[in-house]
Amino acid sequence: MAAAESYPADLKYHSEHDWARVEGDEATLGITWFAVDALGELVHFEPPEAGSSVTKDQSYGEVESVKAVSDLIAPLSGEVLEVNERVIDAPETVNDDPYGEGWLIRIRLAEPSEREGLLDVEAYRKVLAQT
Amino acid sequence: MPETLLYTPLHERHVELGARMVPFAGWEMPVQYQGVIAEHRAVRTDGGVFDVSHMGELEVEGPRALELLQATLSNDLDRLEPGEAQYTLLTNEDGGIVDDLIAYRVGECSYLLVVNAGNRAVDYAWLKEREIPGSDVRDVSDDCALLAVQGPRAIERLGLPPARPFTFSETSLDGVEVMVNRTGYTGEDGCELLCMSEDAVRLWDAVLERGVVPCGLGARDTLRLEVCYPLHGNDIGPDTDAISAGLGWACALDKEFEGVETLRRVKAEGPERRLVAFVMKDKAIPRHAMPIEGGGEVTSGSHSPMLDIGIGMGYVPSAMAQPETELTIDVRGRPRRARVVKKPIYKRED
Repeated sequence: MAAAESYPADLKYHSEHDWARVEGDEATLGITWFAVDALGELVHFEPPEAGSSVTKDQSYGEVESVKAVSDLIAPLSGEVLEVNERVIDAPETVNDDPYGEGWLIRIRLAEPSEREGLLDVEAYRKVLAQT
Repeated sequence: MPETLLYTPLHERHVELGARMVPFAGWEMPVQYQGVIAEHRAVRTDGGVFDVSHMGELEVEGPRALELLQATLSNDLDRLEPGEAQYTLLTNEDGGIVDDLIAYRVGECSYLLVVNAGNRAVDYAWLKEREIPGSDVRDVSDDCALLAVQGPRAIERLGLPPARPFTFSETSLDGVEVMVNRTGYTGEDGCELLCMSEDAVRLWDAVLERGVVPCGLGARDTLRLEVCYPLHGNDIGPDTDAISAGLGWACALDKEFEGVETLRRVKAEGPERRLVAFVMKDKAIPRHAMPIEGGGEVTSGSHSPMLDIGIGMGYVPSAMAQPETELTIDVRGRPRRARVVKKPIYKRED
């Protein structure tokens, strides 16, 4: 079942509807409920390779629903430590649990100070209100 | 494109049901209600209903209606008795496909053409221009609503008697006068119900009350792609001919109609390229207009909800059209392998 709308307060957000869970010098990245709902049921995840670099504000991969393709925008820069294989095999995991089992990649931060530029949940909700 | 989108008589119903509405061929149409995949599976396993009232209906009547249509449509209408229908093509002088449509022989001298929404004006003007004394073409689209009820249990749920594909009859369904056409665009058993616009809401409600699932254009597209029905504007068009598109079966090359010489020549010489169906070997979803290595192009591509892989159709040089040929598709810069398969891509195992 698709998850209900939510935006956890412990996450940082990017205006392109991506989230980051920062822990020390690492971060887990995913897409928000809003992005998932707009896309519909996901059927494909095109991940970056482990060991490659992702750059803040740039595309690091794609997700696709039956009807649409969407770039994944990195909220932070870093090196890809791990890609969520479960989402590659079952992309609908993201619809079911966008902030939990449906995470997309884990990175080691290249510029830990970049996190200061991310949105907190209140600021992200304001972005949504203007969308 | 008109700036204001047109609404079908069921627009309010779609919004009430929570459908996601999108622009399509000048109309605001439901692309999905609960979700494309669930709706797709409902049609493959039980029954779903699509509002296809955006499609056009043209009436052609008169003692010389048959003569007009025989000269403009590719299939042989002489084969039809009243109460029968056929898939056919409106062709240009180069053998290109102006539109694909279903022609219904309503009476001795009376025909109904159900045409694509985006081609309604073109088709009407095309036929009007070629009208001959004794034939009369009228666009009656605004008077009509059309519901496609499709799926293995669709007919049973509607309580309709069995009938052969491509036949039609008039009946009353829960008090609404309908023309029941045993046609569709999903590869499943089912029918298309034509009624007067003012009866559309009553008919829609009656169909839903019988447990049929509302489905949007998203599922309509994946359903037709799994069974390789071409989509005009994507897979076929004024610049593609019926032989290359694999639609020679809908062309009576032994009669005279516009573009027939070209089609005879293409058939005799063999087409340079062919519209093939393929399934992805690599994980990727092909999309319209992606290049195929060796001089081909994807014309339709999506994810198959039944097979759970990327599938598509596209034109390739004839030498690459044999089933099992490996294709390489350029998926936004990434080479991804596919395999040519026999049409249809999906067939129920039973």
